[in-house]
Amino acid sequence: MGKVSHMDESRVVIQMKDIVKKFGDFTANDHINLTVHKGEVHAILGENGAGKSTMMNVLCGLYKPTSGQIFINEKEVHFSSPKDAIDIGIGMVHQHFMLIPPFTVADNIILGVEPVKGLVIDHNTAREKVLELSERYGMKVDPDAKVEDISVGMQQRVEILKVLYRGADTLILDEPTASLTPQEIEGLMEIIENLTADGKSVILITHKLKEITACSDTCTIIRQGKYIRTVRVDEVNENELAAMMVGRDVNFKVDKKEMTPGEVVLEVKNLHAKDYRDVEILKGLNLTVRRGEIVGLAGVDGNGQTELVEVLTGLRKADSGEASLLGKDVFNKTPKETFDSGISSIPADRQKHGLILEFSNEDNLILQHFEEEPFAKKHMLNRKAVRDHAVELIEKFDVRPRGCEAAPAGTLSGGNQQKVIIAREVTNDKELLIAVNPTRGLDVGAIEFVHKYLVEQRNKNRAVLLVSFELDEIMSLSDRIEVIFDGQITGSVPGKDADEKELGFMMAGGKGHE
Amino acid sequence: MDVIIKDLGLLINATLIATPPLLLAALGSCFSERSGVVNIGIEGMMTIGAFTGAVMGLTTGNGWIAFFCAGLAGALFGVIHAVACISFHADQTIAGTAINFLGPGLAVFLCKAMYNNSSDTPAMDPSCKLPKLFQGVFPAGSFWSNVLNVYSVAYLVFLLALVCWFVFYKTKFGAHLRAVGEHPEACESLGIDVYKVRYTCVILSGFLAGLGGAFVTLATINQFRPSVIVGQGFIAIAAVIFGKFSPGGATKACLLFGLCSGIKTLAGQSNTVSPNLISMIPYIVTILALVLFVGKAHTPAANGKIFVKSK
Amino acid sequence: MNKKKSILDSNVFYTLIAIAAGFIIGAVFLLIAGISPAVAYGKLLNSIFGKPKYLFWTLIYASPLIFTGLSVAFSFRTGVFNIGAEGQFVVGGLTACSLGILLDLPAVIHVPLCIIAAAAAGMIWSLIVGLLKVKRGIHEVLSFIMFNWIAFYLSNYVVNLAVIHKEGGGEASKDVLDSARLLFPEGVRKALDCSAANWGIIMAVAAAIIIWIIIEKTTLGYKLKAVGFNSNGALYAGINADRSVLTALGISGALAGLGGAVQILGMSGRLSQFAGQEGFGFEGITVALIGSSSPIGCIFSGLFYGAMKYGGSKLSIVKAPSEVVDIIMGCVILFIAISQIFRVLFARFGKKEGK
Repeated sequence: MGKVSHMDESRVVIQMKDIVKKFGDFTANDHINLTVHKGEVHAILGENGAGKSTMMNVLCGLYKPTSGQIFINEKEVHFSSPKDAIDIGIGMVHQHFMLIPPFTVADNIILGVEPVKGLVIDHNTAREKVLELSERYGMKVDPDAKVEDISVGMQQRVEILKVLYRGADTLILDEPTASLTPQEIEGLMEIIENLTADGKSVILITHKLKEITACSDTCTIIRQGKYIRTVRVDEVNENELAAMMVGRDVNFKVDKKEMTPGEVVLEVKNLHAKDYRDVEILKGLNLTVRRGEIVGLAGVDGNGQTELVEVLTGLRKADSGEASLLGKDVFNKTPKETFDSGISSIPADRQKHGLILEFSNEDNLILQHFEEEPFAKKHMLNRKAVRDHAVELIEKFDVRPRGCEAAPAGTLSGGNQQKVIIAREVTNDKELLIAVNPTRGLDVGAIEFVHKYLVEQRNKNRAVLLVSFELDEIMSLSDRIEVIFDGQITGSVPGKDADEKELGFMMAGGKGHE
Repeated sequence: MDVIIKDLGLLINATLIATPPLLLAALGSCFSERSGVVNIGIEGMMTIGAFTGAVMGLTTGNGWIAFFCAGLAGALFGVIHAVACISFHADQTIAGTAINFLGPGLAVFLCKAMYNNSSDTPAMDPSCKLPKLFQGVFPAGSFWSNVLNVYSVAYLVFLLALVCWFVFYKTKFGAHLRAVGEHPEACESLGIDVYKVRYTCVILSGFLAGLGGAFVTLATINQFRPSVIVGQGFIAIAAVIFGKFSPGGATKACLLFGLCSGIKTLAGQSNTVSPNLISMIPYIVTILALVLFVGKAHTPAANGKIFVKSK
Repeated sequence: MNKKKSILDSNVFYTLIAIAAGFIIGAVFLLIAGISPAVAYGKLLNSIFGKPKYLFWTLIYASPLIFTGLSVAFSFRTGVFNIGAEGQFVVGGLTACSLGILLDLPAVIHVPLCIIAAAAAGMIWSLIVGLLKVKRGIHEVLSFIMFNWIAFYLSNYVVNLAVIHKEGGGEASKDVLDSARLLFPEGVRKALDCSAANWGIIMAVAAAIIIWIIIEKTTLGYKLKAVGFNSNGALYAGINADRSVLTALGISGALAGLGGAVQILGMSGRLSQFAGQEGFGFEGITVALIGSSSPIGCIFSGLFYGAMKYGGSKLSIVKAPSEVVDIIMGCVILFIAISQIFRVLFARFGKKEGK
C-alpha cells in the first residue's frame, strides 16, 4: 500500500488541551493532549480501557470534559451536545454502528438533518445528495436498501457517508476494522486516502499496530487515561509503538511445547444449519479436533462460526449432518447433554451467555453443577460447599478483588469476569474446550492469562477449538488453522508457518492450497 | 330488506359511537410506544379525561371547550408518566400501573368532593355535549340519520388518524420519533434530543387518551360514572399491538373492536347471547391475532428500555 | 459513615419515604376537597387500631392481598411480570365459589378441594399466558392484560348463570355452603367479635414462608432466578428456560388463585357481579413493590395495604372519599418506581463524602 501524505502542517484543525474527564471517582482521561492538522491521518493508540473512546466522545460532544480546552480551527469551543460538534464539522463513526436497522440507507444518512419541502421530508433531494457523495468518495451504497439487510462493510460506508453528509471536515473512526476482512480493510484504507486527498482529516482509534503503520501520518499514544506522547509514524516501528502502548516490552509469541496430536475428539461431518433469519448458513461443514491440539477457526464474522458453536453446545438445532465426541453422538442434543458428553465452552459474549451478572460469583461458579453434590442435597442448596468452592477457585485463578464470593458478577471488571468463566470451564475439565473470542475487550495482562490456560488445556492432552475474529490470536495459538468461509471449511494450514496474506485471501473466499 | 338496512344503520351507528374513544387512545398509544415508552397508563388517562370532560361540560356548557380541557387533563398525567419514565428512569410498566391507580382514584375522589359525595356526576343537558353533525336533517331513526347524524368528533377522529399517519411517515418529527424508539443512542449521537422527542410523544399520548375518555362522557353518555371507561384503555393498547404500532393498523383494529362493541350493543337488546360473552370478543380476538399473525411483528427495539443520557 | 450508607442503600428507607410522600400528597388532595387531613387520617388510624376487632378486620382484608402480593413478587424475582394476578385471582375466586355452591361434601374434603381447585385455576390461567410466551413469543404483559378482562367477563357470565345466581339476590351469586367456608369456629368468631375471622391470614403467612424457602434455599429457586435474570446464560448452562418460565408463572398464578379462594371462602362467602376490576391483582403489584419483592416483606406490606383498605372503607363516615387510599397508593408506587435514581445519586454522594 503506497502511503501518500496529504497533511498540511501549517493548518491545525483540532487541538485538545489538558482534557480531564472523570466519572465519579474514576478518571478516564487524565490531562490528554491532541493536535490534528488538515489532511492528516492521526492514529490514537491505546489498550482496551485506556481512555481512547472517552477522549473521542469528549471531542464529538457526547461527554462534557471535567476540565481542559478544545480548539477548532484555533478558536475555543464548548460543546453542549453532539449537534454542536457536528455543526462545526466533527463527525464520529462509532465502533458499534449507530444505525436504525428498519430504516433505509438514505433515511439513516439524513436522520436529524432531513431536507424538507414544507412539512414533508424531501426524499428525492436526499437521495441525490447521498448518491453524489458516495460517488465522490468511491463508496458504493444502495440508498433504498434497509440497513438490516446490508453487509457490515456497507453499514460502515453508510456511517461514513452519514458523517460526510453533515459536512464533516474531521472524521473520527472508532476501531473501524473490527469486523472487516483484510480485503475490506484495504477498501477502507482507500476511502481514507480519498478523504484526506479532499482535505479532510481523519482520527483513527485503534489498537492494531499494522493499521497505524499502513495509513497514518502521526500517532498519539495513551495509557491508563494518561497522555504518553505523539510520534510521527515513519520514525518508529511496530515494536516501539507496542512498548509505548503497554508500558513495557511485549512478547507477542506464546510459548508452546511441541506435541503430536492424538486421537480424534470432535468429529463434525457435513453439517447443515440455518441462522436466526432462517437462511442456511452452515453448508456441509466438516471439522475434526484431536487430543493435544488447538485448532483455530479463522474467518470473518458471519460465515457460520457462531452457528457452529451454537450447534455444538446444543443452543441451535442443525438441519442435518453428524457430530460426535470420542465416538459418542452429540448431534442436536440439549446444552445439558452436550455438556455431560464432554464439551465445555467459553462463550463469545460473557455477559449474555457466560455469566448471570446479578448472581454472586460463587453462584456463577456452580452454574452447571448447582443440582449436584456437594452443592445441593435433596433440592436444597448447601451454601457452605458453594462458598468453599468459590474461595478456592478465586484464589487459584487470581480473580480480583479477593473476597468477592458474594458480590454480584456484574461488579467485576471485564477481565475478572472472564477469569470467573475460565475458572469454571477449565475446572470442568472436559474432553473438548471451545473458546469463542476469549480475549475480546481484555487488556494485555488478561489476554496473556487466557492464552496461558488455553495452552495448558492442550498440554493436558485436551482438545481445544479456538474461534476468534482476531487473526493474530489464531496465528499465535493454533497448532492447526481451519478457515471458515460461507458455512464451509475452505482451507487448512498448519499453525506454525501460516501466512497472514494467504489466510486473509482464503477468509475472503479465495481457495488456498489443499 | 328495510329491516336489514335499518339494522345495518344501527350497527354503523353503534360502531361510530364505540370506535372514537378507542381510536383516540390508540393513536396516543402509538406515539408513546413508537418513541420507546410503554404506556399502560392509558386507562387511567382516559378516566381522568372522562371525568374532566363531564365536569367542564357541566360548568362551561360548551362541549368543545370541555373536550379540549379533558385532553389537557390527560396530558397532565402524560407529564407525570414522562417525568417518571424518562427523567427518573422508572420501570415503565410500574409507572403505568401507578397512573392506573391515580387516574380513576383521583377522578372518583374529586367527583365525590365536588358533587356531595356521589361517585357519579349529574347528567348534563344535550346542549352541553359535543354537537352532532346533521341534527334534524334526516328523519330520526332512519338509516341516514343513524349513519350521518352522529357526533362530529366520530368523523374527525378518522381524519386525525390520517394526520397521525402523515406525521409518522412524512415529517421530520415522525422520522425522529420512530428512530428514537429503535435506537436512542444513535439519535443522541446525531444531535437529536431523545428526551425531548419522548416527552412530546408521551404527553401527546396523554392528551389523546384524555380526549378519548371525554368522548364517552360528552358524547356516548351524558355523565361521569366510575365504570365509564372499564377496559377501553387496555383495548386501545391491544389495538395498537394488533395494528403493529402504526396509526393505520391501529385504526383498522379499533374499527374491528368498535364493530364488536356495536354487535354487543345490538345483541344486548335482543337478549339471546350473554353480553358478557360478547364483551370478551375483542380480548380473545387480540390473543388469536397475536397467535396467528402478529407473533413476529417488529416491536420498537428500544420499547420499555431505560435510556440514560450521556453526561 | 458506614451506617449512613447502609441506610441509604436499604429498600426499607426508600419505601418509608415513598409511603410518607404518598400520605403528604393524599393530604394535599384532602385539603383541596375541603376536608381536614387530620380528621381523615385520624379516622383512618382509629378505624384500624381503635378496637381489637378492627385489627382482625385488617387481617381479613390483608390475607388475599398477601397472596396476590406474593404472586407478583415471585414473578418479579423470576424475571417475568405477572400483571395478570388480577385475572388469576378472579378465576380462583370463581372456581372456589362455584364448587362451594355446587358440591355438597363434608368440610374436611370440601374446603381443601375448593382451595386446590382455585389454585389450579389460577395456575392454568397463568400457564396459558406462559405457553403463549414460550411457544409464540408473545409478551406476557400484553396477554395477561387480555386474560384479566376475559376472566372479568367470564366471572360476570358465571355469576348470572341460573345455577349460581341467587334468585332475587340482585347482582350476586348464591352463598357458598358452610362446609366450604374457611371461617374460624363460631365460638372463636364470637369471642373475637368478628364475624368473618378466618384461616386466610395463617395460610398467607405460611405461603410467604414457603415461597421464601423456594426462592432463597432451593435449587428450584436458583434455577428460576437464573432464567429470570439472564435466560441466555441459563440456557448456556443447560437450564431449560422454557420450562422454568412456565414453572415460575404456574406458581405465581396458583398464589393469585389461592388469594381468590381465601377472599371468597373466607371473607365474602359469595361472588358479586363486577362493575369494574376488583383490583386485588393490581394491588398485589403495590404490595410486592412495597415489600421489595421479598416474600417476608409482602406479609408486612400486605398488612399495611389491608389496613389502608379497611380503614379507607370507613372514611365516608367523616365525608372523606375513600378513593384517597387509591391516590396515596398510586403515589407510593410511583415514588418507589422512581426511587432507583435517588439510590444511584445517594450512592455517588455518599462515596464522595466518604473520601
